[in-house]
Amino acid sequence: MTTNVTADYRLIDSTLRDGSHAISHQYRDQDVIRIVQGLDAAGVQVIEIAHGDGLGGSSFNYGFSAVPEKELIARACDVAVNAQIACLLLPGIGLADDLREVNELGVQVARIAVHCTEADITEQHIKVAKSLGMEAIGFLMMSHMNSPEGLVEQALLMQSYGADTIYIADSAGAMTVDDVRYRVSALVRALDVPVGVHAHNNLSMAVANSIAAFEEGAKNLDGTSAGLGAGAGNCPTEILAAVSTKYGIETGVNPLALMDLAEDVVRPIMPRQQVIDRAGLLLGYAGVYGSFLLHAERAAERYGVPQSEILLELGRRKVVGGQEDMIIDVALDLVRQHAEQENSTS
Amino acid sequence: MRCVILGSGNIGTDLMIKLLKGTDSSGTGTTPLELVALVGIDPNSDGLARARALGIEGPHEGPEWILDHAGDIDLVFDATSAYVHVRHYKQYAEAGITAVDLTPAARGPKVIAAVNLTEHLDAPNINMVTCGGQATTPMVFAVRRALETLPYAEMVSTVASKSAGPGTRQNIDEFTKTTSTALREIGGAETSKAIIILNPAEPPMMMRNTVFAALPEGADHDAVIQSIHDMELEVKRYVPGYRLKNPPVIEEGPFNTPGGVVPHRAVVLLEVEGAGDYLPPYAGNLDIMTAAAQRVGEAIAVHRAGVLA
Repeated sequence: MTTNVTADYRLIDSTLRDGSHAISHQYRDQDVIRIVQGLDAAGVQVIEIAHGDGLGGSSFNYGFSAVPEKELIARACDVAVNAQIACLLLPGIGLADDLREVNELGVQVARIAVHCTEADITEQHIKVAKSLGMEAIGFLMMSHMNSPEGLVEQALLMQSYGADTIYIADSAGAMTVDDVRYRVSALVRALDVPVGVHAHNNLSMAVANSIAAFEEGAKNLDGTSAGLGAGAGNCPTEILAAVSTKYGIETGVNPLALMDLAEDVVRPIMPRQQVIDRAGLLLGYAGVYGSFLLHAERAAERYGVPQSEILLELGRRKVVGGQEDMIIDVALDLVRQHAEQENSTS
Repeated sequence: MRCVILGSGNIGTDLMIKLLKGTDSSGTGTTPLELVALVGIDPNSDGLARARALGIEGPHEGPEWILDHAGDIDLVFDATSAYVHVRHYKQYAEAGITAVDLTPAARGPKVIAAVNLTEHLDAPNINMVTCGGQATTPMVFAVRRALETLPYAEMVSTVASKSAGPGTRQNIDEFTKTTSTALREIGGAETSKAIIILNPAEPPMMMRNTVFAALPEGADHDAVIQSIHDMELEVKRYVPGYRLKNPPVIEEGPFNTPGGVVPHRAVVLLEVEGAGDYLPPYAGNLDIMTAAAQRVGEAIAVHRAGVLA
């Protein structure tokens, strides 16, 4: 099934990393084997796997993994024939030691992720990845919160630390096509290294934004099978491949094989299909980190306050990725406010 | 007791302003610490200029200056970086200068002011862990003392980007590792994890810390909650801006923690408002570190005076 033509962009699939959010980090060995086999056979060049919040993400704050991530990573490295295995790491959550361990397991690509204004905390980890002989990708999250010029400044820092590629991630799925175009074109002009885009679908823009990014010169695009991922989901890999083909963009992957994988392997293990419901749309509308979605749903149930109010308040507070603990804080504040309102009206 | 502060950045300058007030860390008495100098490496730094303006010496020759004046110095508060501390800590000890280390270098025994203040008063080098460690270890200890065992504890610290200096940014792994170790060694958890997040929001957000603690089957939830409230008051004695942002809650699991599956977790949501000594009140992370270091310095001074008398 593998196609052997030169691709116009590199496709990185994150079903086993970003998709982990949507199944509350409950991936099993068997899921990893089948998904890696499917992606590899379809010609996907890079497969990312880790806890949704990156290496070391298994925690009270982000949810505990059902199976230790390094066991799953080892399995992915064993199963992959042609694809490279990638990991994500957020400095402050994971450690440089984690990179050393997964490199031993066979991981060749390290994505070092950080909020889009804090690139200087990635120096330690980018340098460790490079010293291990890994490809280092700088990954600027919540990129809608920084201007094109601001992102260029941050990306140049990462480039100076040795990053081989720089990504902007629309972690809140909050960007329009123009937002993507301005940012990608500025980065492509300013950087010596290739640019990538990681899109989310909260505003139903993920595929369109990815194609626009390509047109502005992005050489790396992310997807997940069936869109499985944080918030309303990611850019669906199989749709991106199909749409790219319609545009005459060579992907090097087999869209039909990716459709089979999404339908036969991934959809059956999804607790729910990725739809843009009110909560998902609110994330994109209010610019809130996508992985807050399910945590906010649980807090809403636990404390009897509306999930939508929690998400909107998180947006007002300018909370960034990683601050999942603030969901409980906001829920408790809402409980108190509701109680005060009832007291004042009764 | 004669002391110097090494490092004229945010932490060092904040500590200087605290010590020059003359009151002790509880705000009720006179501090036994006599600040001799704020020592930096950059002659043009804002901190050194302030030191001179406030009437104390502000040399820029760094650790060399301290070693040259060893006979006149009893204690150094090191507010540089883990890297600088590791290079010089042996020299301070050889020169007979006690070091209170505000970097995450973790060369000496760790002290959390609200938990083990008096445990290492004769040590030549005391490590103050991290700002997040000073804020959260007391709460881990508070939960632990209400239980037979604490299988797992976790802390999440969010600080305003503006209050995280280059030392923290370049060594973020040291922050999480040192903090996590303190949750076990001093907090009493069997296993632990520490997370730090930087938030660039404007205006800058107040420092926030959250403690999650695994509660085993049969834990006395009321005793856990009471112990948390008691600890808030214990820390407030030297950090007035330390508070429970919301009442502590017990949430139902089960939770598959590294210390085993537990039925419940305690969630402690903390906020630290700084005293506004150098940086504005949002920088509670600086305040809790410098307040704790002052408290430890004073405990050493009182202990030594008692031993000598």
